[in-house]
Amino acid sequence: MSAFTTAVAPTREEIVEWVSSATNEVFQTMLGMEARFGEHYIEDPGKGLSMGVIGIIGLVGEWTGTAVVSCSSPLACKIANTLFMQEYPSVTDEVLDAVAEMTNMIIGNLKNNLESKLGTMGLSIPAVVFGRNFATRRSGKESWYVIRFEVDGERIDVQLCLAPNQSGVLTGNGVPRIMTLA
Amino acid sequence: MDVLIVDDSAAIRKILQRVLRQTEMPIGNIHEAGDGVEALAMLAKETVGLILSDINMPNMDGLEMLAKIKSMDAYKAVPVIMITTEGNQNKVMEAVSLGAAGYVRKPFTTEQIKEKLTGLV
Repeated sequence: MSAFTTAVAPTREEIVEWVSSATNEVFQTMLGMEARFGEHYIEDPGKGLSMGVIGIIGLVGEWTGTAVVSCSSPLACKIANTLFMQEYPSVTDEVLDAVAEMTNMIIGNLKNNLESKLGTMGLSIPAVVFGRNFATRRSGKESWYVIRFEVDGERIDVQLCLAPNQSGVLTGNGVPRIMTLA
Repeated sequence: MDVLIVDDSAAIRKILQRVLRQTEMPIGNIHEAGDGVEALAMLAKETVGLILSDINMPNMDGLEMLAKIKSMDAYKAVPVIMITTEGNQNKVMEAVSLGAAGYVRKPFTTEQIKEKLTGLV
């Protein structure tokens, strides 16, 4: 832990509980859909996701990190259909906007819980990646929490990586620690 | 009555447009802005009777925008409702002390927005 922070990291159980409650609340309130908890595990850094729709958002404060919300294209379309009450047979800019906003709301709500342990945090502007056969890589050494849900028969994962802010720099938005390779 | 929606999320602007159209309020034009700077530029050329705004936005956040709006004679009395994921109670209290007419936390239901608008306009 850096000298910059004295905050104690949340436990794995707390992370899982907070992510589950934030994800459920957003899906139930905004979409009237249930996000059923599936499983949770820890993943090492390195190779990341390679297909689907991926919302990415950075967190910064005394602790810093990255959160990723990923799902299949059909689920992304279902989310947009319900959110905008309009049919989206394929992934469009509006579908990507919907996933970006769902990511923002889920991680925004999670942030409110994280702040109770880690102090004030800011969120970056969400980014969304969509495609097939791309490669992502998680830089850094930190492990990632992966919390999996099932929504309407489709899988959705919320991934989170947190570490003490070594630089002590609190200005600006968090820079997501994930790289997308062509 | 014209309405201004201020949010950096295109998705939220689209949802709020739909919610406003579903109310029985006499809604005219619905203007959109992506941050406080755009919102103030919009208010310089349009007249609106209600403003719905996010708090955390780039360039100029909702609190700074709210303070500026409340210092404008033409907009002092126009209700501004803050709609945000922000759970920091200090920011919520600041919004209220700056003159926000209400606060809705994201995620929200259509009914929560309608309820908040009832009696304001």
